[in-house]
Amino acid sequence: MSRAAAWVVFLKECRESLRDRRVLINALLIGPLLGPLLFVIVLRLTVARQIEQAARPLPVAVAGAEQAPNLIAALEQQGLQLLPAPADLAGAVRSQQLDLALRIPAGYADAWRAGRPAQVELFYDSSRQGVLAEVQRLEAMLQGYSQRNAALRLMARGLSPTLSAPIVVAARDQATPQGRGALMFAMLPYFLVFTAIIGGMWLAIDSTAGERERGSLEPLLINPVPRDRILLGKVLATALFGLASLALGLLAFMVAGWFLPGDQLGLSFNLGPHVVAATLPVMLPLVLLIAVTEILVTAFAKSAREAQAHLALVQILPAITSVVLSFAPIKSALWMYVVPLLGQQLIILRLLRGEPIAPAAAILATVFTLVAALLVFWAARRSYQTERLAISS
Amino acid sequence: MILVEGLRKSFGATHAVDGVSFSARDGQITALLGANGAGKTTTLRMLYTLMRPDAGRILVDGIDAQQDALAVRRLLGVLPDARGLYRRLTARENIEYYAALQGLSGERARTRTDELLQTLSMQDIAERRTEGFSQGERLKTALARTLIHDPRNVLLDEPTNGLDVMSTRSLREFLRRLRDDGRCVLFSTHIMQEVSALCDHVVIIARGRVVAQGTPDALREQAGEASLEEAFMKLIGVAALGELS
Repeated sequence: MSRAAAWVVFLKECRESLRDRRVLINALLIGPLLGPLLFVIVLRLTVARQIEQAARPLPVAVAGAEQAPNLIAALEQQGLQLLPAPADLAGAVRSQQLDLALRIPAGYADAWRAGRPAQVELFYDSSRQGVLAEVQRLEAMLQGYSQRNAALRLMARGLSPTLSAPIVVAARDQATPQGRGALMFAMLPYFLVFTAIIGGMWLAIDSTAGERERGSLEPLLINPVPRDRILLGKVLATALFGLASLALGLLAFMVAGWFLPGDQLGLSFNLGPHVVAATLPVMLPLVLLIAVTEILVTAFAKSAREAQAHLALVQILPAITSVVLSFAPIKSALWMYVVPLLGQQLIILRLLRGEPIAPAAAILATVFTLVAALLVFWAARRSYQTERLAISS
Repeated sequence: MILVEGLRKSFGATHAVDGVSFSARDGQITALLGANGAGKTTTLRMLYTLMRPDAGRILVDGIDAQQDALAVRRLLGVLPDARGLYRRLTARENIEYYAALQGLSGERARTRTDELLQTLSMQDIAERRTEGFSQGERLKTALARTLIHDPRNVLLDEPTNGLDVMSTRSLREFLRRLRDDGRCVLFSTHIMQEVSALCDHVVIIARGRVVAQGTPDALREQAGEASLEEAFMKLIGVAALGELS
């Protein structure tokens, strides 16, 4: 009888929650949609910025432009926007009135005509954020102009232009298109974890702190049912809602993927049906861990409001590993799969990148997360045995 | 049949229950009478195994509550002070949830629920969600789930709290019927009229101790007072003086 009690509790919690608009909105709407929506918005903004940067005119104050009309015309073709130069170029850059400035010294034209190296001076402050990208862009323009003219001069003397290029560097970027996409996607596992947390959250609050607040916990615990069965029923119901939320969230991500301007960024990412199908079993142990943690954290809250405050911490914690992973991409080692959350995040990232998953990694992540879930369940079980738990006032 | 011997429970330095002994027989209504904070609720909570006594013994139909709490809970129907319902479930669903937790089969749960709905004349509210129920309707629903497994012993903590006159009268009537079925009915109260109107046996508790017990008549006689209220005041007053000397 008592084994079936967990099932009885599970069914009742599900039935009650299906009638609760707040639970439904969170589990089936906000949880699954918030992540993908934020994700698309963030990606779109990033993409828009990158495209804008590439096409944007590059305003540069140039002193002595009249010395080198050909050079300036060539630079302007590539997006240079000529600004009038103040008398003190270095000072204007130092006082941050200008991002960068170019000076063409008085001897430029003579040197050019004589075929000596003609100097131009570039002023900038490398300690300022974002300036280096502009400096690089301008340097590349100048280099391009210089090389084209070097080739012309060699040809004018009847020599092959290849003489001036003893070494040619051919860049072979090994990042696969999926790899670059996955870097952008480093936050995606967190959104999935977040979705699972939101999905079970209200059910957990309602079935623990809510029961105490409404005074239905004490009569419930007087039934001839061991408390861990009641606990188990509540954990499973929370996990089911978390899982439903996660499944819907994955579908939403799949749909959101269609609206991402992947080709504009030269990215492609792999969020097809088979990745979605593989992600669910990877996340399942984590969903259980999340559910049992939610039940434990809310068990002693005096009110639903207090429980909500406690759960805010649970929501933030998984963000930490995600932020670390996306800003300091560490080389994945096998031990990392032992850490719940980290393991699943790494596996999902590999799935997104279209890389194979080592069976050992998948097994480690699953087993250790399940062990963690059991440990938390054991802690929750202990706290459920205390007298204090049942007392409403 | 409930037998309590030398029950003690402390919370820190506070002796909430300090050596309580009494018995509640089958076919009788027994009252735990005492002021607020006298230790009635704590005593009941130990009886229905929500709390463990620091010392003492509880026997319900011969089974020791500390040794086999689950078996004792099956023998008890309990209406605690907290009697919250699930507001998104109907009255019937609330009752059937407890039936399932008591391990009743689906068919038996349905017939028992129908019986209780009829006995408590609440068929008209059975399919309504309990959100928005009146106090009387809530109490009926809570009573029905308390009695779903047909328990021999019924414990009620301040059952008339917050009830209007009509609901109080029908509750008293209902408790008499439980007694006439041969059940052991034990309830806590601080209301004298309830005791004189209902009880076969009264246990007066003050400061965690039993200061007197017996039939209402015997207690009046013992105190030499005509009204039970005067007797009650005198008996707990005597106890207080006794403590001082």
